[in-house]
Amino acid sequence: MADLLLDVQGLDTRFRTQQGVVHAVNGISFGLKEGETLGMVGESGCGKSVTVMSLLRLIPTPPGKIMEGTAKFFGQDLLKMTNEEIRFVRGSQISMVFQDPMTSLNPVLTIGQQLEEPLMLHVGMNRNQARGRSAELLELVGIPKAKDRLNDYPHQFSGGMRQRVMIAMALSCSPQILIADEPTTALDVTIQAQIIELVKRLRDELGMAIIWITHDLGVIAGLADRVLVMYGGYIIEEAPVKELYANPRHPYTIGLIGSLPRVDEKEHTRLASIDGLPPILMAIPKSCPFAPRCKYAMEHCWKENPPLEPVGVEKEHRIACWVDTKTGRERR
Amino acid sequence: MSSNNVLMHVEDLVKHFPIHQGIVIQRQVGAVRAVDGISFDVHQGETLGLVGESGCGKSTTGRTILQLYRPTSGSVMFDGVDLVQLKGNDLRKMRRKMQMIFQDPYASLNPRMTISEIVGEPLVVHQIASGKDVEQRVEHLLELVGLSPSFANRFPHEFSGGQRQRIGVARALALQPSFIVCDEPISALDVSIQAQVVNLLEELQQQFNLTYLFIAHDLSMVRHISDRVAVMYLGVIVEIATRDEIYLSPLHPYTQALLSAVPIPDPFAESQRKRTILQGDVPTATNPPSGCRFRTRCPIAQAACAESRPAFRELKPGHFVACHFADQFV
Repeated sequence: MADLLLDVQGLDTRFRTQQGVVHAVNGISFGLKEGETLGMVGESGCGKSVTVMSLLRLIPTPPGKIMEGTAKFFGQDLLKMTNEEIRFVRGSQISMVFQDPMTSLNPVLTIGQQLEEPLMLHVGMNRNQARGRSAELLELVGIPKAKDRLNDYPHQFSGGMRQRVMIAMALSCSPQILIADEPTTALDVTIQAQIIELVKRLRDELGMAIIWITHDLGVIAGLADRVLVMYGGYIIEEAPVKELYANPRHPYTIGLIGSLPRVDEKEHTRLASIDGLPPILMAIPKSCPFAPRCKYAMEHCWKENPPLEPVGVEKEHRIACWVDTKTGRERR
Repeated sequence: MSSNNVLMHVEDLVKHFPIHQGIVIQRQVGAVRAVDGISFDVHQGETLGLVGESGCGKSTTGRTILQLYRPTSGSVMFDGVDLVQLKGNDLRKMRRKMQMIFQDPYASLNPRMTISEIVGEPLVVHQIASGKDVEQRVEHLLELVGLSPSFANRFPHEFSGGQRQRIGVARALALQPSFIVCDEPISALDVSIQAQVVNLLEELQQQFNLTYLFIAHDLSMVRHISDRVAVMYLGVIVEIATRDEIYLSPLHPYTQALLSAVPIPDPFAESQRKRTILQGDVPTATNPPSGCRFRTRCPIAQAACAESRPAFRELKPGHFVACHFADQFV
């Protein structure tokens, strides 16, 4: 498709460890449209962070290695760029907000110094211009008395404030894509609501595309346009957000949504739990990676790993599963 | 589910952690007022949910009740005895009846002990069983929490987070307690594993008629598991009521904001919601605001809120609120 801002094909990332090779991401393909918010959901170890780290080439090599794949961004392949080129993309065109705002800010530099750095490096501003712009950015993310706070150090900010600073930093060079890796997981609910509201406002004002990684299906429901569900290094379901929650088709997604209690729950029901544990793949599986935990699993599931294919006529809704969970029979 | 038999009565419980300054001559320069005068009952056989944001004193409350921290003042009546007055052997005897499940299943199991040593330790310490008897009881306990008895000789690092939390549950059950404080037992676990542990806790409660104090910051999970819910903010309980009362008609502005901030896993419901977004952060517990502690972030605060601390009033039967202006929401 031509209108894709980012087009990832067959991304495969592995890590060499003492126990063997871990297949963290196994040939996944997805696209990101302009101005779209893409949610990436999955449990810890399912490969969601590794996917975006691979795109920005932030995978520590060794032990990690991107084996295969392309990631087209404005006609260029992010995975084949030289270090110089990718450094230009990082921070200025694609920027990232990390989970833990305390460890991703430098504790010995002031907030001002850290905000000015990308502006001077990527936009070519001088110190004075950068300082003025930094104050504007802090104001944009809703930090009161922004000018005075530029001289403060990260420890003088609370968790929610630090995450705002991280967002200001990520937005400083007006990126086309903002990648948010569990940005609200470390925060309290009331602060989380503040941050999500802020990101929604900025998205509408600045019109950037967002990849939002989380394990919280609740956060994604109110924020994303389209959702990818990951499991064991594969995308196992992809759908527009409303379709996914109204009509989940993969047994894992069904289980995940069923295992969540809702704050607007009407009656007490037993939670539908998924037995067993998420896998760590030490080899490319010959069966469906979810089969050992799946209550729909049939013979075919143990013989061949299902590809990601559209559900019926709905081209936008795709699952990687041999079973039609509506009928319990094999698809097609 | 809940009856009116009060199992535990907490009255005006206070826990301040002193802050010292000076190396040779130490003097107290202040205190973190972690828990600052809370009162509530826990009924026989119920689950009381205790929710609040990080730093609001909910874990301190749990630990102070069990006398893991000795309270600064106040009383905790359990089975007709004031735990605060007990010491030494008398207190240890009472501890058999109340146990705790900790938040972090990685930090709360000794890595050098085998599973059977961990689960059997309470039995040995309290001289309830010895030798072969311990082994048998450990096997039985492991089966109860859904683990294979053949795991008994393994070490904690061989288990996943969910399995470790099951071991923690088995240890808490070893002494056949009537009361268990669950301090964020599922926060460290993956979503699909959380449901497994919560279901286990519910089954065990029915089987052994356990009473839980369930501490959590996940309001959806608290709604799922609790019979009654207490909401804490900066060291005080601001609202306490039955589960449906709290979630369907919250009376305290903080509870209202907290509930509206919780995301619902349903895009349609999300788009229909009206949010109350609180401004700013939680103030520090060393120097909390005068009067009502929530007033600095409260959408309906008035001058009176700064002057006097709101009384804990029963505005509806069984529904207590600490707010001067909550009557408008009844």
